[in-house]
Amino acid sequence: MIRTLPNSRTYTLGFKLYVTLYFVFLFAPLLVTCILAFNDSQFPALPWNGFSLDWFFSDTPDRVGIFHDQINLDSMWVSARTAFFVTILSTIVGTCAAFLFEQESFRFKQALYFLMLAPLVIPGVILGISILLFSNSLGTFFEDTWNIDVGLFRPGFWLVVLGQFSFISTLVTLLVSARLKKFDHTLEEAAMNLGANRFEVIWHITLKFLRPALIGAAAVAFLMSFENFNTTLFLVGCDATLPINLYLQVRDGSTPVINAISFLLIVGTSMLALANLYFSRKEK
Amino acid sequence: MKSHNIKLGLICFLSPVLLWLFLLIVLPHLDLLFMSFRIEDDEGRMTWSLLNYFNFFDEPIYWLTFVRTALFSIVVTLLTFIIALPVAFYITKVVAPKFQGFLTLLLLLPFWVSELVRVYGWMILLRESGVINHFLVKMGILNKPVEMLYNDATMIMGLVYTSMLFMVVPLLSALESLDNSLIEAAYDLGANMWTILTKVIIPHAIPGIVSGSIVVFMLTLGNYLTPNLMGGKNSLWFTEQIYNQFIASFNWNQGAAFGFLLLVLSSLVVWAGLKLTRQKLGSVVK
Repeated sequence: MIRTLPNSRTYTLGFKLYVTLYFVFLFAPLLVTCILAFNDSQFPALPWNGFSLDWFFSDTPDRVGIFHDQINLDSMWVSARTAFFVTILSTIVGTCAAFLFEQESFRFKQALYFLMLAPLVIPGVILGISILLFSNSLGTFFEDTWNIDVGLFRPGFWLVVLGQFSFISTLVTLLVSARLKKFDHTLEEAAMNLGANRFEVIWHITLKFLRPALIGAAAVAFLMSFENFNTTLFLVGCDATLPINLYLQVRDGSTPVINAISFLLIVGTSMLALANLYFSRKEK
Repeated sequence: MKSHNIKLGLICFLSPVLLWLFLLIVLPHLDLLFMSFRIEDDEGRMTWSLLNYFNFFDEPIYWLTFVRTALFSIVVTLLTFIIALPVAFYITKVVAPKFQGFLTLLLLLPFWVSELVRVYGWMILLRESGVINHFLVKMGILNKPVEMLYNDATMIMGLVYTSMLFMVVPLLSALESLDNSLIEAAYDLGANMWTILTKVIIPHAIPGIVSGSIVVFMLTLGNYLTPNLMGGKNSLWFTEQIYNQFIASFNWNQGAAFGFLLLVLSSLVVWAGLKLTRQKLGSVVK
């Protein structure tokens, strides 16, 4: 049954086989995607025609590698900018929320906490359409009442940022709260006794203590934003983010350039994931 | 002085959180509800009406897609659980402890990668010119390639793959806390594997199972990418109906009604799951 009990050979072997198959299932699509990024072929398919870096560096009419593919490079830049702003906003607001729910007491705290968790159980598509509807209503209202046209209310860069921010902040709140729970309050009290005010305490002591959680939460926020599709789909304007742009290409037939982008994404996110894990381990 | 400070702190923390939750969560969803009861009358003015909801029940394609999406999401949740449980059990209880950390890491790694990349990987594996067909034809198992994408089975597999993480993680932590001696005791008393599974392991892991199932169900229900790319035109997923109303037909009020129905369904299931097992949302999301 378990490692401390005698197990039959078939049981152990069967279990090993199952878990191996599971990992094959888990990694097959990613591995194949990576391998085919280096195939010397016009299509992301076998047969293997030999190793080639064309889909990264080539710049000929029938093969435009990712580093010369202006549309995809632009969408990466859009995604990076979006993720940057989402990370900053959600880290600040999420940290505020963590302090609010861990250290303050006020009426309706439970209700507000419940509301803060809501974005986790609202499907991303619904979040997208309701923010789209609301911003459109606001836009119409501003135009009808004051005759001003506010660009922010139309689908576009800032609406995507707000849409992603609306649920990523919840994740940040939970990650920071988890660390804040372990905070030793006597440190705060000591600082207070020595004459520091609340904000000095937070700035010099609590935030120092929270730093690893803040970095981890920011990394998660960046990745979540960079990869978000569902919410972004409805809020995106003319500058598509990378997932939206990739989706359009995959839907209408694909070239190995998508494999090249996927390869870069897989390598990039794995590094970020491993770094995140390494630092959180070190902290313990 | 001190109480003044505390008040100020409360206001500083409360105001951004209130702005966030009211401007981006509460008001937009109230607007969603509001818009779903509005229609354009013959003269082009907006009036109150239940027509958007009547349309949903009137047109079989709408409610059939809705029911289909709900049922498939249940199937996906069940399958995800059945596949994930042995893996979680193996990693927490069977494998030598020194491999535990490594296997857990390996388990989580693919899910850091964008869903789009993972779905794309399946597409180049399964499509007619795909890698699996290439090998099957080469080995002589198939005469000519077959299209393995764009059917229900593939779509379900894709959805299971996409949401696997959210089942495995809660199961891992639930089984982690199960005391080995309980299993040993049951074994010594002569229980067979099935009895141990149903009488010891599953009852202990119920909180993990519920939180995993809720998240998997909700994510599957709201998924757009996987059904759309792996199910193709036959996928008939409800989020696609919402997308069509918004982007293709530009009938936002109808889309709002659909969106609200989906939101109600997903909230109902989350609520029922929590009630059935007497858990709180706060404890589930951790």
